[in-house]
Amino acid sequence: MADLKEADLLHLGLERLHEELGGKMVPFAGYLMPVQYPDGVLKEHLHTRSAAGLFDVSHMGQVILRPKGTMEALKLAFEALMPVDVLGLAEGRQRYGLFTNDGGGILDDLMFTNRGDHLYVVVNAACKAADIAHMTAGMPGVSVEPVTDRALLALQGPGAEAALEAVVPGIAAMRFMDHRVIGDIWVSRSGYTGEDGFEVSVPEAEAEGFARKLLAQPGVAPIGLGARDSLRLEAGLCLYGHDIDTSTSPIEANLTWALQKARKAGGAREGGFPGAARILKELAEGPERVRVGLRPEGRAPMREGVELFADDGTPVGRVTSGGFGPSVNAPIAMGYVARAHATLGTTLLGEVRGKRLPVTVSELPFHPTTYKR
Amino acid sequence: MKYTKEHEWLRVEGDHVVVGITEHAATQLGDVVFVELPETETQVAEGDEVCVIESVKAASDILAPIDGEVVAVNEKLVDNPGLVNEDPTGAAWFFKLKVDDLSVLDQFMDEDEYQDLIG
Repeated sequence: MADLKEADLLHLGLERLHEELGGKMVPFAGYLMPVQYPDGVLKEHLHTRSAAGLFDVSHMGQVILRPKGTMEALKLAFEALMPVDVLGLAEGRQRYGLFTNDGGGILDDLMFTNRGDHLYVVVNAACKAADIAHMTAGMPGVSVEPVTDRALLALQGPGAEAALEAVVPGIAAMRFMDHRVIGDIWVSRSGYTGEDGFEVSVPEAEAEGFARKLLAQPGVAPIGLGARDSLRLEAGLCLYGHDIDTSTSPIEANLTWALQKARKAGGAREGGFPGAARILKELAEGPERVRVGLRPEGRAPMREGVELFADDGTPVGRVTSGGFGPSVNAPIAMGYVARAHATLGTTLLGEVRGKRLPVTVSELPFHPTTYKR
Repeated sequence: MKYTKEHEWLRVEGDHVVVGITEHAATQLGDVVFVELPETETQVAEGDEVCVIESVKAASDILAPIDGEVVAVNEKLVDNPGLVNEDPTGAAWFFKLKVDDLSVLDQFMDEDEYQDLIG
């Protein structure tokens, strides 16, 4: 990233607004993105938890999957790429999904929505080119259509519903993971902070005006990528490329909840996804290592890469995300730990600057989620 | 007040030198969430890593700007690391060094030179 020239970076449609708001722009996943505004990461984080935060996540990949034949064929083709139940997802509902590879590792995680005559998919920015190629190659009977003329905004926090309702009347009736098309605006009740909130896809030409309307609502403040990361970490949510990647299986990643009954052993459409042998075996027998929450006992954060040891000195794992949790008011981390050492309450040692400091295997999320179920 | 190119400030207090980080450095670091201080009565040499500062973004070190003996540390920063952002050039000093010869400070920048550096 460091040697990326500014000229090579992609620019968000809302860049002018970010600069006007005092956003500190940094390269991220090939885009110039606001990492923070003048309030700073800590205040932005706490503001999102107490009021409402507006995030520009337009760098993420929005894709429409349209059937060349039937919708059922499309859903089954999509199921062949993921250990997830696509067929059972009702119209107007969104679900979390994962592309797996033949080794059972994770190629990307994503959200997909049943919109009746097509599916709407949102994938990670850094993976979107690969994901589009993967879907195009893996689903010959499906038209894979990248959406390149829309911004994606997330409005998160206890004040999100009232603020969005003032701009898009009717959304207050939605529940967690509902999706609605309202005129040319696409609204999902979901997010990446652990808070109640919405992700809103808006035509690029209208995005700035829409964002300004939201920012004019009481309690809405712009929030940068820095706080987005600390919010998702407190919520125990994985960051692709850090907590999950091609070397981690969904079972090791503790994402077993994302695999519905229909795709598991004994289910109506058992297996039939890349890496099924490993994934179903790990489901039955338990994985060798598992993603856990970690709470360092002192105040020193344990960041990505910190090695973990049992108290007899045996290496047992590694931190994949870590930092300071502003709402928890303590350092927090996630990482992979050998199953024998992954029981809640186990004390491990994390090596920080040559010193081995105690860290406890802890429950996720670190901060309670407030989804409107 | 004198300044180093590592964005530390140095203030003479009797025969001690008080060391902290500049407002510019504090802003660049972002919200500070953890500070590790040296032990008092430790001899440090110029360039030694004497403090660790962790912000919401990353970890960084404070290097000893000169040789000397650590005679005091600001324990307040351990309980309230955010002081570094609130009052970097006042209440959030990090440590005090006892030095043999205060003329060693002559090599560092004055306020104007430092402002030019960060300009």
